[in-house]
Amino acid sequence: MIRVLSLPPLATIQDLGRDGHWFEGLGRAGAMDPVSHRIANLLLGNDPNAATLEIPLTPARFRFETRQAFAIAGAPCGARLNEQPLPRIFAGFASAGDMLDLDPIRVGARLYLAVPGGMNVPKVLGSRSTQLREAFGGHKGRVLAADDLLKPLSQTDPVLPPMGLSVDLPEFRLPNDRMIHLRALPSTEHESFDTASRKAFWSMPYDVTRENDRQGHRLDGPVLSCESTKELRSHGIVPGIVQVPGGGLPIIQLADSATMGGYPKIAAIIEPDLWRMGQARPGDRIHFHRCSLPEAARAALEHEEAFGEITQGLAAAHDQETSWA
Amino acid sequence: MAETSVSLIGSRAVLFHAECPFDLAHQQRFWAMSDVAADWDGVREAVPGMTNLTLLLEDVPHNLDHLSVLLDALWHSGVRKDVEGKLLQIDLSYGGDGGPHLADVAEITGLSVDKVVELHSAQDYTVYAVGSHAGYCYLGGLDPRLETPRRKVPLTRLPGGSLSVAGLQTGVSASTGPSGWNTIGSADVRFFDPFREPASLLKPGDRIRFNPIKVAA
Repeated sequence: MIRVLSLPPLATIQDLGRDGHWFEGLGRAGAMDPVSHRIANLLLGNDPNAATLEIPLTPARFRFETRQAFAIAGAPCGARLNEQPLPRIFAGFASAGDMLDLDPIRVGARLYLAVPGGMNVPKVLGSRSTQLREAFGGHKGRVLAADDLLKPLSQTDPVLPPMGLSVDLPEFRLPNDRMIHLRALPSTEHESFDTASRKAFWSMPYDVTRENDRQGHRLDGPVLSCESTKELRSHGIVPGIVQVPGGGLPIIQLADSATMGGYPKIAAIIEPDLWRMGQARPGDRIHFHRCSLPEAARAALEHEEAFGEITQGLAAAHDQETSWA
Repeated sequence: MAETSVSLIGSRAVLFHAECPFDLAHQQRFWAMSDVAADWDGVREAVPGMTNLTLLLEDVPHNLDHLSVLLDALWHSGVRKDVEGKLLQIDLSYGGDGGPHLADVAEITGLSVDKVVELHSAQDYTVYAVGSHAGYCYLGGLDPRLETPRRKVPLTRLPGGSLSVAGLQTGVSASTGPSGWNTIGSADVRFFDPFREPASLLKPGDRIRFNPIKVAA
């Protein structure tokens, strides 16, 4: 059991999201960076869909009330257990009374804290994700605050090396490069944007602004103009859609996306690249790369294959540890 | 023959659209289409929008040719779904703190406040589509005399239960959120409750009648 001592009011419990209620207007929610979320779970031998704590803003401080296994993955934030530095991606044990400290995040935007079996919160409509707008799911339908308790679903210790377990994973982007590369498909109104706008969108960088949250990002950069000015009838939208409102600056909808919208849509970011947006912070830049459907299908396959390899690698590490025990 | 299009809104999400009038008869065709398409192999959900249809797919399709043929055929079959929906009566307070733009709507339309309320509450509205946020109903059938443009500066936190109009659409928000529409009233109604079965109070084809219980300019 982990007690929150201090935490800016934006952290929520998330799993991989709430499917099957889109027809009722309910968005998916779920982890903004599903890659880091899944890694944190895999380190503990959890189901990848187990609920974690998504922490988008630090510093934060937690105290372990009992001996407890835990894992962290995501943005580096100088994590320390009793002042001992931890790797960016780590799973291990803490003793009762131990303190976990997280410093301000400087690269990336979110980290995930996992416990054995996942966070023990009720499943609502098939998921443990927090639905912020509708105020249900997760921890009482709200952000975590000081004094809240994080309880694990499983009381069984995972098998971990005595000094803990860490893995090397690809960085969000190349070192010292603040450009995030996103593959995207042309969307419904793509051809309605003028030639110069289309060229700019696919070749010029966009800046990540401070106007961002779980619902999405407002970008700054080349202004795009859509030749058709008629109001669109409301239609479906999903996380990853890039809309262009009247002002001409793109909006990217993310995990807490609305299910319907009315702005022209220039592109749709492919799902395997969405986690990169979950780690985008002001000062980062975005480059959209046009891709085709076969490329998107291949990217989805490669993404799952990469996870398969990580899962197998971790399973091997767990097995080795078991054989030593 | 109406022009149709199939486009991508995600790597596993497609939008079908047909050029057609914005009325109940055409909307009923999209309801019928969503029922059929929801049972297709590889479709997770099929959800009607406002004279359009979105399909959420299991996997990334290698091309859109096959889906386009299927969707076009379904559209051109012209089948309509006639829903014997339920009628929800909602007590509504027009104007006041809960309806800050009632006077603006009166001014834009050139009608008196009382006439705006009379026209808005004179008829039953049909739920065309459910979406945007959980439980929100897009209602068709607004009197054209009440047509207004969206606001230049949207409200950032419109409370749940707020009645708004924009263009030829009207609706009552189901939870607090941003809105660019003109807000003319408020009601106490729970459109979405995750612990209720079904969670969403209304579905496409249901109807709403607004009973004015108070009018403040």
